[in-house]
Amino acid sequence: MKYAMLIYTDQAAESSRTAEEQQAIMVGYHGFTTEVREKDLYKAGEALHPTTSATTVRVRDGRTVTTDGPFAETKEQLGGFYILDCKDLDEAIEYAAKIPGAAHGSVEVRPIVIW
Amino acid sequence: MPPAIDEVFHNESGRILASLIRLSGSFDLAEEALQDAFTQACQTWPEQGTPLNPAAWLLTTARRRLIDAVRRQRTRTDNAAALTHDILLRQESESPDMPTVLQDDRLRLIFTCCHPALNRDAQVALTLRTLGGLTTSEIARSFLVPEPTLAQRIVRAKNKIRDARIPYEVPTRDRLPERLASVQTVIYLIFNEGYASTSASSLVRGDLCGEALRLGRVLCELLPEDTENRGLLALMLLQDSRRNSRTGPNGELVTLEDQDRTLWNQTAIREALVLLPLSGGPYSLQALIAATHARAASPAQTDWRRIAALYQELLQQIPTAVVALNHAVAIAMAEGYEQGLELIDRIPELESYHLYHAARADLLRRLERPADAAAAYRRALTLVTNPIEREYLSRRLRQLAP
Repeated sequence: MKYAMLIYTDQAAESSRTAEEQQAIMVGYHGFTTEVREKDLYKAGEALHPTTSATTVRVRDGRTVTTDGPFAETKEQLGGFYILDCKDLDEAIEYAAKIPGAAHGSVEVRPIVIW
Repeated sequence: MPPAIDEVFHNESGRILASLIRLSGSFDLAEEALQDAFTQACQTWPEQGTPLNPAAWLLTTARRRLIDAVRRQRTRTDNAAALTHDILLRQESESPDMPTVLQDDRLRLIFTCCHPALNRDAQVALTLRTLGGLTTSEIARSFLVPEPTLAQRIVRAKNKIRDARIPYEVPTRDRLPERLASVQTVIYLIFNEGYASTSASSLVRGDLCGEALRLGRVLCELLPEDTENRGLLALMLLQDSRRNSRTGPNGELVTLEDQDRTLWNQTAIREALVLLPLSGGPYSLQALIAATHARAASPAQTDWRRIAALYQELLQQIPTAVVALNHAVAIAMAEGYEQGLELIDRIPELESYHLYHAARADLLRRLERPADAAAAYRRALTLVTNPIEREYLSRRLRQLAP
């Protein structure tokens, strides 16, 4: 069963981190990615540029309307994701808790639809 | 449903459903199959007589229905992947030792229904529906919520179990304590919902206490080594033993001190005392406190020192203001009203809690400071919401005035 692990963190807080702090988090992500790859759970995983680089697209009455930035102002923003193949929700929760972002932000675990 | 079948349904449906869910991997298919089996029982039992082992008959019948349903679904969708649970294979590998198999399944079911990924309301509704065999409308009435709301809650929970694949199994040892705590919370919540109610619908809600006791017994039976399971059951039994003495002939509140102790249910008390662990977590400690009251033949014979010591221990485990208040009251009874009052005054965070002022008022009354006691009762009356408690506090206030 595939689960998307959507990592939400506070971007503003991230920009005020020291280089060492940032480095420690990167090491954490590297370790996590290595672990889930070795256990053959890893399907995909990407980090996203900050929401300041985002463009929101809507099509209304056949016209494409673009907006600068994300569609909603929230305290935490989607900063990256993993797609992991887990046995069940318990295993998914176990790995979600190991994602470094879970320690300061939050990780939303969403099962992926099988068509 | 004829009464005999109704009784079987109430006692056995949880067990049977638990097995059917394991066999089919689907709450919905299992419920449908069970419903079909009961419908068939209603038709055949009155004529042919109740089978020797009604539960086994129902399980066999429901299982047959389940196989039919799975076959139908297979030909309709042609998507074998969607049917990961091959019921036919499972049936063959099934242990012939039925009772053990059924018990294991009920434990799985409890843990799945109380999975922390479901919200508390959903856990409660699903537990009562599947393990308790209560209908949606019974649960809705018990919790005073509209039936469609409750039905929606159950549907959403079942969908999440299926879509997010919440496992149908007993948690591993490392996850067990946290998961067991969730199960215990749900059971105690069901009990309190029934116990706290004294409204017009008290008859229905009283059933919730019975249901919680039944679930508590199941939990003890399945995981007897956990002392908190026994503590929880003992606590519920002891509280329930006072059910008939808690209110007077006109529905008025009767406090522990004024209760007619001959009305206490001694059978329940004996069962609780046997279960009682000597120490343990919060449920065990609260049960030990309740047991100390249960053992006292009269209020004057209450071992308040022991109760104060137990509250002290509880306070270390759950350092909340409400536990501190109970501890202060026990100290007042054990060592002196002044000492108790002093402790109570050190819990300012309960300023907006009516029982805080009620406890102060009670001690001030005992200290023969009627003006201060009256002020505290009045403060409590501005905060109380339950009409029966309000009536009690008003009565106390009236008694102070000469």
